[in-house]
Amino acid sequence: MSESTTPVKAPHLFTLSDYQSGIARWCPGCGDHGVLAAIQRICTEEQLPPHKTVFVSGIGCSSRFPHYMKTYGFHGLHGRAMPVACGVKARRPELQVFVSSGDGDFFSIGAGHWIHGVRYNMDMTLTIFDNGIYGLTKAQTSPTSPLGLKTKTHPHGAILPPMNPIQATLGMTNLSFLAQTVDWKPQHLKATLQAAYKHKGLGIVRVMQRCTAYTADLHDEWRRNPEKVLLMKHDKGVPVDPKIDKAFKNQVEHDPTDINKARELGDRTDVLPIGLFYVNPDAPRYDQMTNAGLEMSNEDKAKGLNAALDKFAVR
Amino acid sequence: MSNQATASVKVTHVEEQIVEIVSDSGEGAQKAGTAFAALNAKMGNGVWTVEIIPAEVKPPARSTAGASGIRVRFGQEHMTNMGDQADLVMAFNEQVLYGRINQEAYRPGTVILLENKWKDSNNDKIKAQYAKALVDFADRGFVVKEMPLEEACLAHTKNPKLGKNMFILGMLVWIYDRKLETALEEIDHLFGRKGETVVESNQKLCRAGYAYAMETLDFRFSIEAKARAKELVVMNGNEAVGLGIMASGMDLLSMYPITPATSVSHYLGDALGKVGGFLHQAEDEIAAVGFAIGSSYAGRTACTVTSGPGMALKTEFMGLAVMSEVPLVMVVVQRGGPSTGLPTKVEQGDLLAAIFGAPGDAPKLVIAPATIEECFTFIPRARQMAEEFRGLVVVLTDANLATGVQPFPRPEVKPEQFNIPFEQGEWEAGKPPYDWDEKTGMSPRPIPGQVGGEYVLTGLAHTNFSKVAYDPSTNQTSSEMRSRKFAAFRDNLPTPKVHGAEDGDLLIVGWGSTLGSIVEAVDRARSEGKKVSTLHLRDLNPLPRGLEDIFKRFKQVMTVEINYSDPVELGEDRRYAQLAWWLRANTLVDIDCWSNVFGQPIRPGLIYDEIVRRLSEGGLR
Repeated sequence: MSESTTPVKAPHLFTLSDYQSGIARWCPGCGDHGVLAAIQRICTEEQLPPHKTVFVSGIGCSSRFPHYMKTYGFHGLHGRAMPVACGVKARRPELQVFVSSGDGDFFSIGAGHWIHGVRYNMDMTLTIFDNGIYGLTKAQTSPTSPLGLKTKTHPHGAILPPMNPIQATLGMTNLSFLAQTVDWKPQHLKATLQAAYKHKGLGIVRVMQRCTAYTADLHDEWRRNPEKVLLMKHDKGVPVDPKIDKAFKNQVEHDPTDINKARELGDRTDVLPIGLFYVNPDAPRYDQMTNAGLEMSNEDKAKGLNAALDKFAVR
Repeated sequence: MSNQATASVKVTHVEEQIVEIVSDSGEGAQKAGTAFAALNAKMGNGVWTVEIIPAEVKPPARSTAGASGIRVRFGQEHMTNMGDQADLVMAFNEQVLYGRINQEAYRPGTVILLENKWKDSNNDKIKAQYAKALVDFADRGFVVKEMPLEEACLAHTKNPKLGKNMFILGMLVWIYDRKLETALEEIDHLFGRKGETVVESNQKLCRAGYAYAMETLDFRFSIEAKARAKELVVMNGNEAVGLGIMASGMDLLSMYPITPATSVSHYLGDALGKVGGFLHQAEDEIAAVGFAIGSSYAGRTACTVTSGPGMALKTEFMGLAVMSEVPLVMVVVQRGGPSTGLPTKVEQGDLLAAIFGAPGDAPKLVIAPATIEECFTFIPRARQMAEEFRGLVVVLTDANLATGVQPFPRPEVKPEQFNIPFEQGEWEAGKPPYDWDEKTGMSPRPIPGQVGGEYVLTGLAHTNFSKVAYDPSTNQTSSEMRSRKFAAFRDNLPTPKVHGAEDGDLLIVGWGSTLGSIVEAVDRARSEGKKVSTLHLRDLNPLPRGLEDIFKRFKQVMTVEINYSDPVELGEDRRYAQLAWWLRANTLVDIDCWSNVFGQPIRPGLIYDEIVRRLSEGGLR
């Protein structure tokens, strides 16, 4: 058969429906729906083959995420999404890995894997759905619940100041990408998640959202006063849609490679900074270390094992 | 070289010997003992080595708790355990010997070559301690030979503290008429990485020790060696586990440091790369198993290695592996428990935790190697079981196997053993990710990357399509499917063979590292006409079929285990040892037990005594 007669197969194009699975069972109006829509659109735009894409999660409302994706998924244990996701990526570098976690899942029970996950910096996209409450288990205080928030475990109001996870993350070794966005601005949400996806390394996005059942007015301060949202802009930052540019007049030109400036912005509580706090594309990636030896042939493995046995041989 | 010995030297022929080198921590006793054991193995002798390890890195010098060192049992025959009391001891001070005396390691007649610099110590307290100990040792019937070992070393090295161990090795080589050349080769093997200067200075000290023993000692022993038919390898149980992982084709070890399991990773830190694998040291025990499960899910079946406290932390993930049917091999090197317990000491206390650990019904396969060779062979077997039965396999070893050194036939290596053992093509359209066979519960699994196999694994109750389901029948059905794999597994489990007669007065049942001691004790009792046999179990969950029939042929059945049980005198309040408990529950046979938690391997002599007691008049229950 000559080359000219070989039928050229048109590349299969994945459409939105190739990523959609069932009807999401989150409450109507929950911010999770918006993140799901954004990620499904990103998958379509980036043409990610569903069979080579893995969504990993822990436990909580946001961790139901993989069930609504028609890709591979791993809905595991409370707080343990990161170790599983890192294990998936370790020896299968060609898989595209996404992690979905929440404020309780990630900043509380899984907090140990936060600091180490940042240090590993494996190439994957991490979305933290932060609604300041344990929603699935029906309204217990979370690490990011505001002071005074009445919950089932603190009926007289949360008694500790909320954790600032941005501040904490900006202090972690080997951080390579940290952004923040809000669930009520879909353009910014998608642009931020897409930037995290495109980043080679651990792209972390904290999505500020509300739980319609328990923290519906959590972000009223920012939502009602857009001038209290501080839009971080830069060529190296999250691309800014004209609508967003118009919506948020309070802006700052922030070079995301400047860690000191990032930390100043991360400390602020008078405004809500959104956009890219910090990026370091050169941070060492553990997935480029864990894949060592994948190409070794069986013959070489047999040689290697024999050489190892030689050291114990009784000659 | 033996012809150079002076005529006044008395040479005694022996079939086996137990030698100990005991010192403060950090004096290199283990290194000398390891070299001596390897040398004996290379000469064709049977060897069993066990390390004497204090709990701290640098315990106080000259203390009972600080006893550090090694025991080497070697002889004409294959050696299967550490034996009873030592024949010869090389000791760097008298106080550490009390750590061993407390463990009944010596007997009247045990020869102790003792460093004597303490008698002239400037410290009056040390001087007095030494003098007092000498009197006490004589009372105990030990044969003590005081020797200025450190002083003798001074002629050959500036720092005798660092070189004394090789000097001792040289002395042992002379005492047991071993090949000096082979010992020097072994030193090269031990120190080769540190450069020629280090090798040469250690070899020099070994030669000096050999010459010194020849000049000063008036006794020697001769031990014959049997010719070997096969090529052997010699290593400890943790190294065997490490090589087993390499041979299994699992190319990821995900671990967190924990005594006494960590040395598996010390070995694999360098070696795993030789078969294209990777060692991940995780941030904690939970992350270690999570990482392994993630890799297994993605088709790169992984292994994790831990000890009791680590297994406790991994429990939730163990349940997930069972529930979501992800293959995983978990090696548990048991130590004394509960809680932090006895980190460096042996116990077989995690059997029931391994079988039952994890909430709900979480059936997992549990196997236990009984020899160093099985520490190797059981890992590829565990991997195969994990793949085939799509779930968790726990391999229970212990601190005794971890540090015990024994030669075994060199395993054969074939490139095919590294093949990935499952289909990687397209997943059949419409086939569920849990395509349970109704009879066996078995199912192939889709791997990320397989077109058409997309599914979402979940730890929630799920249908065969891995869809979350809370309806009354789904959980019942999926639990049944996971349980049926066990019955199917039993189809392939042979009924274990009884060692000794098929019936009699007493059957000893054991598992794990006690095999050698039990067999030795039983053989000794049988040679005296006692009707005792033994059965050793490697498959603990599920148990093989046919055990009841075996048990019923004996008047009495008793397990011997290293875990806690109450004495018989407690009557109906009595709590049973773990295997006894498990066998009673499974067979409804009234099985007795004899166990302790001294943190020591059970010596054959103690088992023999117990056999005699049980078979004596009134001993039968």
